[in-house]
Amino acid sequence: MNRIYLDNAATTPLDPKVLEAMLPYLTEQFGNPSSIHSFGRETRKAIEDARAVVAKEIGADAPNEIIFTGSGSESDNMAIKGVAMAYRDRGNHIITSAIEHHAVFDAAHALEKEGFRVTYLPVNAAGLVSVAELANQITDQTILVSVMHANNEVGTIQPIAEIGRILRERKILFHTDAVQTMGSIPVNVRDLSADLLSMAAHKFYGPKGVGALYVRKGVKLAQLIHGGAQERNRRAGTENIAGIAGLAKALQLANAGLAENQPRITGLRDYLIGRVLDGFDHVRLNGHRTQRLPGNANFSFEFIEGESLLLNLDLKGIAASSGSACTSGSLEPSHVLLAMGICHEIAHGSLRLTIGKSNTKEEIDYLLTVLPEIVTKLRDMSPLYNSSRKECATCTLKR
Amino acid sequence: MYTEKVMDHFQNPRNVGEIAAADGVGEVGNAVCGDIMKIFLKVKDGRIADIKFKTFGCGAAIATSSMVTEIVKGKTIEEALQVTNQAVANALDGLPPQKMHCSNLAADALHKAIEDYHNKHGK
Repeated sequence: MNRIYLDNAATTPLDPKVLEAMLPYLTEQFGNPSSIHSFGRETRKAIEDARAVVAKEIGADAPNEIIFTGSGSESDNMAIKGVAMAYRDRGNHIITSAIEHHAVFDAAHALEKEGFRVTYLPVNAAGLVSVAELANQITDQTILVSVMHANNEVGTIQPIAEIGRILRERKILFHTDAVQTMGSIPVNVRDLSADLLSMAAHKFYGPKGVGALYVRKGVKLAQLIHGGAQERNRRAGTENIAGIAGLAKALQLANAGLAENQPRITGLRDYLIGRVLDGFDHVRLNGHRTQRLPGNANFSFEFIEGESLLLNLDLKGIAASSGSACTSGSLEPSHVLLAMGICHEIAHGSLRLTIGKSNTKEEIDYLLTVLPEIVTKLRDMSPLYNSSRKECATCTLKR
Repeated sequence: MYTEKVMDHFQNPRNVGEIAAADGVGEVGNAVCGDIMKIFLKVKDGRIADIKFKTFGCGAAIATSSMVTEIVKGKTIEEALQVTNQAVANALDGLPPQKMHCSNLAADALHKAIEDYHNKHGK
């Protein structure tokens, strides 16, 4: 059976050219970059070259504004906790949104236990934060604002540049989690007025286990991992040289391919969205219709549950994901969908399909041929369907 | 993550549907937690002559619903009352731990249907 991968927001396959760039550091170039001998010097050079590439790709002023980390989640934690702890004497208030990735969300919750006050900005039905509401929430105690560039579940892209401008004026530090946007749309720290920005290599055809955090010159950061002078005393631990080289190469390739891939992937997404909304009853698109990640389509099929949908698609060779409780590992469905005002019943029936650079229209067409029979089969089995009620009674949203 | 038996019952669920003039109907779960199971019974001479289910839920929810109907079809009411959620899970060669509480409610739905039958038939 042909397998079709439509879960590119979860992770992407490693680009062969990236693997090629990594291989020397998994084989002959093994030196510890902290060593002063020739073995160490060559891997040190590899790291600093990668740093310069990443800085240039995101429009940073200097390479030393880039810190390599072990993941996007680590970058987020480093930004949120690192800033909070370093600026604690200046204020104890942090603003973020209700739909952040758990790496930001849970880090913020952890800070609340440390005595910080956190405001979680609500979002509208399309998943957008209100810039005016954000500005209203700023107090003289506010030390940090963190709003994600685009949401990983529903794909909504936030007005980050606008938020960044306001915060720069107010002299409040601004972090954005760009894990989903990096390599998918242009990301430039100057255009966004971001002081800190997170990324993860495996979301743009790089390796897993490596991320980066942009930290604008002059921003203080408390150290999370102690034990060495690596990354200019900001993150101890012998560097993942192959991963770092891979991240830089992957970012370079992704950005070089944007002009071709972004419109093509957007076209496939819009084709998929159009066909699903036209072809099914009781289906809705979650997230903003146009202001969304090029590859993201997130639907709710009413009266059916997401995991059953995923299992059936998997049996047909199609990989996707869902915001249902069963797939989140908790009893609650996605906090993102709930924050958008979508009721539990419909949140459980969400299906996220994320298109990547190697997906084709034929693959989307195959999905569209198998989806109707799966939806019909599950609805026929559902006690919620064909009852007297044809609309979700508990949902505050109208389609 | 699911056993072959779970996947078999998920892919080919037994006894899906409703019984028009059921002798007993039982429903458990709610949309908030993401699982709703409804069981319909037809009882003849103290035995479960026919049983059908409708389920909104994950793979485990569908498989346990299907399995419970298969276990008790043809059994006496007394025998059916002995069937536990654990027994249903065991018959499926087990469920992932996180599914044991939220999606393993099929026996509860069956017992509710039997209770409804008893209520309707003055027992």
